[in-house]
Amino acid sequence: MKIVVLVKQVPDTAEERKLDPATGQLDRESTDLVVDEINERALETALRIKDTNKGTEVVAMTMGPDQATQSLRKALSMGADSGVHVVDDSLSGADTGRTAATLAAALRSTGFDVVVAGNESTDGRAGVVPAMIAEHLQLPLLGSLISAEIADDGVRGVRQGEGGTLNVRAGLPAVLTVTERFPEARFPNFKGILTAKRKPVITLSVADLGVAATPSRSVVISTAERPPRAAGRKLIDDGDAASELAEFLVANRLV
Amino acid sequence: MTNILTLIEVSHRGGIAASARGLLAAAATLGSPVAVVVSAAPLADDDVARLGELGAVKVYSAVTAAAGSVLVAPAVDALSRAVDAYRPAAVLTANSVDGREAAARLAVRVGGSVLADVVRVRSDNGTVVAQHSVFGGAYTVESVVEGGLPVLTIRQGAIEGEAPAATAEVDTVSLEATTDAATVIDQFNDDVAVSVRPELRTAATVVSGGRGLGSSENFVLVEQLADALGAAIGASRAAVDAGYIAQTAQVGQTGVSVSPQLYIALGISGAIQHRAGMQTAKTIVAINKDEDAPIFEVADFGIVGDIFTVVPKLIEAVKARSN
Ligand SMILES: Cc1cc2nc3c(=O)[nH]c(=O)nc-3n(C[C@H](O)[C@H](O)[C@H](O)COP(=O)(O)OP(=O)(O)OC[C@H]3O[C@@H](n4cnc5c(N)ncnc54)[C@H](O)[C@@H]3O)c2cc1C
Repeated sequence: MKIVVLVKQVPDTAEERKLDPATGQLDRESTDLVVDEINERALETALRIKDTNKGTEVVAMTMGPDQATQSLRKALSMGADSGVHVVDDSLSGADTGRTAATLAAALRSTGFDVVVAGNESTDGRAGVVPAMIAEHLQLPLLGSLISAEIADDGVRGVRQGEGGTLNVRAGLPAVLTVTERFPEARFPNFKGILTAKRKPVITLSVADLGVAATPSRSVVISTAERPPRAAGRKLIDDGDAASELAEFLVANRLV
Repeated sequence: MTNILTLIEVSHRGGIAASARGLLAAAATLGSPVAVVVSAAPLADDDVARLGELGAVKVYSAVTAAAGSVLVAPAVDALSRAVDAYRPAAVLTANSVDGREAAARLAVRVGGSVLADVVRVRSDNGTVVAQHSVFGGAYTVESVVEGGLPVLTIRQGAIEGEAPAATAEVDTVSLEATTDAATVIDQFNDDVAVSVRPELRTAATVVSGGRGLGSSENFVLVEQLADALGAAIGASRAAVDAGYIAQTAQVGQTGVSVSPQLYIALGISGAIQHRAGMQTAKTIVAINKDEDAPIFEVADFGIVGDIFTVVPKLIEAVKARSN
């Protein structure tokens, strides 16, 4: 079975993230870039299948600028067999529609039985790219799963819905997205880091893929930064803090 | 007036989702709201009347046997047919698991673009402008769609108010089942606890608990304070991971974003990913025994103390005052 895991390089959520006020785009200079944690869980899902079924091939795919190869190297050191890097200056600032059209073309040319992605990225938080890809490829999507069983005859999973969960299934090929309920990813070991250097990474441009520019696109028209919050009163509890807090809540009509 | 489509979700038991109010309210600020509803049986008169009360001028009722057994695809089919029928200026869905997938597929199918996780909408001389709250409210960003149909996913609980009530005119169509590329629903496992507490996303007061609670038994303390204040319950990811409370209570970067009048954080350190979901609250109160906990940087009122001594006293003080 061939599993392609979609990986996105994002600013580290542990730091303060910045937007460029002029373009509304991410300020890539201001924060460390990391593999989005949810994609590591997606990769872990694929690697666990490979652990028990040696015939499994795991490909990590990313779209992003040159430095996004770092995220592929990380995926390779964790255990992915190869990487696909879609990189092209014309993709800078691509919206979800353009991103999905491009990744769908890259998936078509790479080939797969299953695509595994995160349910939403931590920077964009749109949660729409996997569904758009599924639509381009005319495939079923099992989105926002909390658990999954991937087998040669299909995928079954439990989806987190609004008022409960749903048991869902589809035949292959299929796209699925994992949530944080999936296990945390393994750390790359020393051997993994060494062998990663020898694993193949294919680079694909927009011309290679022949994706036409999308006629419709979303555009940021304004970006405003909010003033940061200021800290207020801080009491050390000496036995009376609870009643002072109760007074504060009453005075501010919060109870 | 220009039509604005809204995808109204109905539960598999038939109830109209709570997101309907905000969707129709947002649609009414942009044009004439059309409610698109997919169901296995024709809509009951009560549901039509309810959608009218919430502002739907028209109801596009798509009836298909696949409604309860095929995931999302029937909604996309219904929406794309409704786009043909009503030529809308925009389509609005909830930013729910189903809503965002339907929005994504629809945008590809009809040649539109998605504006995601929208907290406000406005019309600028006919152009639909979406407002987003980015990086935990650190930025407010506005966006538009150029050259295609805007498909907006609306953050649940973000839109206040109601659209003016209307008498909805119903257009019932039957959808043929799509079989290719289907994800089949085998079973629904409904959440059991039908809580009497307010809904987390829209509650005026939220009491959240973190790893500092130490166990699911101790998490009762959070519930007790919440009930004394008539509040909804939230949690940090660490509390969810530890199994103290269901994932649906998670507040933060990868959980729910809330903006209540009052947010009380108990035994929560205030990691940046947690703050991303609550720092737009009007008033923040934090109780933590570590005086250097980052939560105090955003707290209007902080107590450096043990939650197990401070909170029971607070509950008593609150109860005493409300008597
Ligand atoms: C990609 C990503 C996404 C994330 N998304 C989220 C998210 O959505 N929401 C979220 O919350 N986190 C999220 N996190 C995790 C986040 O980084 C923190 O790990 C988490 O918020 C910590 O939860 P906590 O504050 O409950 O636990 P801790 O950081 O362990 O803090 C516990 C606190 O309790 C205090 N305490 C202990 N005992 C007592 C006592 N008796 N009385 C008073 N205080 C006490 C301690 O002093 C401490 O400050 C995310 C992380 C990543 C990498």
